[in-house]
Amino acid sequence: MIPGRTPSQTVGPFYAIALCRETQSEVVPGGSLRIAGHVLDGAGEPVADAVVELWQADKGGTRWGRCGTDATGRFEFKTEKPASMADEAPSVDVIVLARGLLKHLVTRIYFPDEPSANAADPVLSSLEPRDRETLVATEADGGLSFDIRLQGEKQTVFFAL
Amino acid sequence: MSDERISNLAEDVDPPLLYPDYRSTTLRAPQRPPIIVPDRFRDLENPVYGHDIREADNDLTRQHSGDPQGERIIVTGRVVEEDGRPVPNTLVEIWQANAGGRYRHEGDQHPAPLDPNFSGAGRTLTDADGKYEFLTVKPGAYPWKNHPNAWRPAHIHFSLFGRAFSSRLVTQMYFPGDPLFEFDPIFQSVRDPEARRRLVARFELGLTQPEWALGYRFDIVLRRTPFE
Repeated sequence: MIPGRTPSQTVGPFYAIALCRETQSEVVPGGSLRIAGHVLDGAGEPVADAVVELWQADKGGTRWGRCGTDATGRFEFKTEKPASMADEAPSVDVIVLARGLLKHLVTRIYFPDEPSANAADPVLSSLEPRDRETLVATEADGGLSFDIRLQGEKQTVFFAL
Repeated sequence: MSDERISNLAEDVDPPLLYPDYRSTTLRAPQRPPIIVPDRFRDLENPVYGHDIREADNDLTRQHSGDPQGERIIVTGRVVEEDGRPVPNTLVEIWQANAGGRYRHEGDQHPAPLDPNFSGAGRTLTDADGKYEFLTVKPGAYPWKNHPNAWRPAHIHFSLFGRAFSSRLVTQMYFPGDPLFEFDPIFQSVRDPEARRRLVARFELGLTQPEWALGYRFDIVLRRTPFE
């Protein structure tokens, strides 16, 4: 008999003792592009116990990094912009885990300097404009800013797998 | 049972994101349903990890100069996909409270003692057959502030990758017969009783090492990935 899938449970507030033992926020080692942002709850308050993972395609396979949020809900990664894949605009896949999230969320970061590729991207162009906006990072302090809003008028778009 | 919760019941084994009995979900569960993208969300392959796993990383009782307090246990099992195919060479990370129910984390204010001989974190890679094994101590139950007199059943947190982005799983393993199950909204958030049972390890005398450690089996079934 084939068993069913094991259900998800929250990562809880104490994940750092295992998941943040080393710094793993360099998605591409020595990467020159900083992507930083805040995870915010429905009251606009920082989520100080979230873990954000970045996944992106690279010639050698998948690049990955993770970062626990600090007391202000902030995360920061170093990476490089990935190449486009087929007809898709360059993008980075994101997993969000936190206390209070019974299963992880999936979203995606697009790049603000790719307006034509973004306009042609099959995923991004399928969204309503206000949703699309939540997925395009903004330029800030020589890097990129990408906030993750779990609820509210400006809720980040999350995807079903 | 509130209306939101009913409307969130998916045919999925996973808990709903909004489960008001678990209070922290109310300001954190996205209110709008996830978007289903045309042609399915792309599925990146399992990443290469940037850290080395040492042999001793799966023995949580040997990370300090002395033995930790508590009931020594072996936790082992296989990581497979829904079709039963093993997932070899995949990272399994665990973390847990000590035998007194206290995490080695600055945010844990439970007035139970820290154990100088226990950090509560381990990691390993599955073998060619998808098998993993940890030696640790049984974690204690501990109080939390979700509701009056709220206690978490003893549990071990698990993080797994599997073959691809879509198989990522973070979950918790529980111990059989725990009297706290019926009072724990995190455990109860999994609505299907069969699925809930899959979060509970099985005690096995055959895994138990005489004069040494009790054996528990916890098999983990990940979402099937589209590769090969």
